[in-house]
Amino acid sequence: MTSMIHIEGLSKTFTLHNQGGIQLPILDNIHLEVFAGKCTVLFGESGSGKSTLLRSLYANYLPSSGAIHVRHNGEMIDLACATSHQLLEVRRQTIGYVSQFLRVIPRVSTLDVVKQPLRDRGIENDEAESKAVELLTRLNIPERLWSLAPSTFSGGEQQRVNIARGFIQDYPILLLDEPTASLDQKNTQIVIELIQETLAKNTAVVGIFHDADVREALADHVFDVSANHLQPKVKIA
Amino acid sequence: MTTSQPLLQVNQLTKLYAPGKGCEDISFDLYPGEVLGIVGESGSGKSTLLTSLSARLAPNSGDVLYLNRENNWLNLYELSETDRRYLLRTEWGVVHQHARDGLRMGVSAGANIGERLMAVGERHYGKIRSKGLQWMEDVELDVSRIDDKPSTYSGGMQQRLQIARNLVTHPRVVFMDEPTGGLDVSVQARLLDLLRTLVTEMNLAVIIVTHDLAVARLLAQRLIVMRHGKIVETGLTDQVLDDPQHEYTQLLVSSVLTP
Amino acid sequence: MNQNTATLEPIKDGYNFAYLDEQTKRMIRRALLKAVAIPGYQVPFGGREMPMPYGWGTGGVQLTAAVIGESDTLKVIDQGADDTTNAVSIRSFFKQLTGVKTTESTSAASIIQTRHRIPETPLQADQILVYQVPIPEPLRFIEPSEVETRKMHALKDYGVMHVKLYEDIAHFGYIATTYAYPVRVNDRFIMDPSPIPKFDNPKMHQMRALQLFGAGREKRIYAVPPYTNVSSLDFEDHPFEIQAWEESCAICGSKDSFLDEVIIDDQGTRNFLCSDTDYCQQQVAKQAEKEEQAAEGEQDDN
Repeated sequence: MTSMIHIEGLSKTFTLHNQGGIQLPILDNIHLEVFAGKCTVLFGESGSGKSTLLRSLYANYLPSSGAIHVRHNGEMIDLACATSHQLLEVRRQTIGYVSQFLRVIPRVSTLDVVKQPLRDRGIENDEAESKAVELLTRLNIPERLWSLAPSTFSGGEQQRVNIARGFIQDYPILLLDEPTASLDQKNTQIVIELIQETLAKNTAVVGIFHDADVREALADHVFDVSANHLQPKVKIA
Repeated sequence: MTTSQPLLQVNQLTKLYAPGKGCEDISFDLYPGEVLGIVGESGSGKSTLLTSLSARLAPNSGDVLYLNRENNWLNLYELSETDRRYLLRTEWGVVHQHARDGLRMGVSAGANIGERLMAVGERHYGKIRSKGLQWMEDVELDVSRIDDKPSTYSGGMQQRLQIARNLVTHPRVVFMDEPTGGLDVSVQARLLDLLRTLVTEMNLAVIIVTHDLAVARLLAQRLIVMRHGKIVETGLTDQVLDDPQHEYTQLLVSSVLTP
Repeated sequence: MNQNTATLEPIKDGYNFAYLDEQTKRMIRRALLKAVAIPGYQVPFGGREMPMPYGWGTGGVQLTAAVIGESDTLKVIDQGADDTTNAVSIRSFFKQLTGVKTTESTSAASIIQTRHRIPETPLQADQILVYQVPIPEPLRFIEPSEVETRKMHALKDYGVMHVKLYEDIAHFGYIATTYAYPVRVNDRFIMDPSPIPKFDNPKMHQMRALQLFGAGREKRIYAVPPYTNVSSLDFEDHPFEIQAWEESCAICGSKDSFLDEVIIDDQGTRNFLCSDTDYCQQQVAKQAEKEEQAAEGEQDDN
């Protein structure tokens, strides 16, 4: 098994300078290893730091101490001390991220939103578009919506657009923050299939899933964030 | 790990009008295709920095190095004024906050777009004209208004014309000072979308000064936060905005109103 | 110009020869030397108040005053004509203050002061053409700042000049600028040739005579030395062209001179006439000569 992410002694404390310098310790000395082709589920109660950990993996949060080694172009690179330029490269090629909420320019059409990651990598428009069409169709976004900006869509539709955007490229590492939170059963099943296909392509998936069924269906490992403990197989309290 | 070279290197650039007024000890690299946002409140020195970076204000000390199309490193303020001006109308572009600072209000839109072409020696009217028309279309302006003066255009149209005027020579670096400032929100969104598309399609490197954090989030991949003329924080845009480290950045982020 | 003017005696009580004092003339000559050395470059000079209003040729008059000598022969034209108010009064001004010979013949003159025309008769190496200039700065129409226009000249930053021509074609379908048509001198400076018709632009190129330009209000002098390249700006697909007329001169029948359209009676009858009166008369004289010769020939035959 190829190790794709190797977290060593990661701690994260938020300091709120404008509220009397309060210190909020969220993550303390985390150790975790994530493997290619495996799905690692982050688990823990609300406020345990699942999201903080996931965001740290995307370099969205800056670690207070410790290292996050990520396999990028065959080499391990520590996100905690990489330059912005390197981090952008890592995001372009190695790490995909499906956030809970879609954040895009108000006027941009759904189709353009979805194909953006490919366009950013210099993929031809036709190729990017056909992939976007394929994913949108699969995720049951009606064709009449494709030319509209997703900001007017329902929560579930927005989330599916976000998922399409995250899955349009085959990243070696994919981070998922509750991708099925506001989806119905049918669409949840489609997303599970998408994730399984991705895993089959040897992508390392790290996700937060509230839905026990989804966890059941996908997890190879469960990482209990508050206990700082990795369990090899699905076993939920 | 990455093989690409920076396009612009800024080393300890300082331009002070008085202590704390201006910008001080600024260093960063800019890579091809990268959008760098500079944020900070009024008087934080971000406009001074932009003017100095874009060859229009000699610094007190420090260097701005630029890797040109021929792959030669140029030291901006060691170049002759002629070479600097040439750079500004070929490989560089400047988009001003107020379109009338960046446009010639007395001549038609087509002439505004064509000027840079003529300045670098294009002498074929037909070619200048067709490029003008093409760029009008690219920035979503009504091509039938190519012979109208920009003074008859709305604010958003003027700003798009200014962008076309700069991009017609396919620059590699574009400097923008609050390009969406003073525009209606609906017009702003359209302009942001246009800028993003153009940046991707032309692989432009952009340095954009703004006080609007939402604009910075949508356009910039990297952010520099300035206060009292100095950089207080820098990093990936979403990291700086979602997990601000410095006291001032936290204040800035928490002061934004969200509808 | 033909002799040392420093020793010239005043010919009218209380006035120096040619009105200006000798210091001023020297100052202007120094500016002229610089202007000749850098063709097309605008040299600032300490322009004096002249006994005529701005716009009546104060710049040209000062240049003529600085270069004129006792043995010169002066011709003054306004729009090509020797007999218009401006031409007549300037001619009489110099006649009274220098006593030089004046003429209406282009070839007989050593100095020709002109407003808005170049004579049709080609000028020779021993002649000086002095232009009266209202606005010397060709970039002024687009750039109001003098600091900026000087920088543009210094840096050869001339892209905006074509903007004006572009505007013409965009609005009229052709380059509609017909006078004060910008030129590039000696492949370097862009110059305003003063409001001469563009018909005259080609005459400036490689002209044998020295061309001096004086702007009184703006206090600028510039020059084109003899045998200098002067090219009119244009586009590849809209090349520079001069005006042409279907009509010919109603007096002399000339087909290749610059024609003015003139209303000649109260009924509104229009005629086209040579703007260059001297040239027109020459043509008439030539025809008369030809007819005479023809008549003589006929007599001989008889």
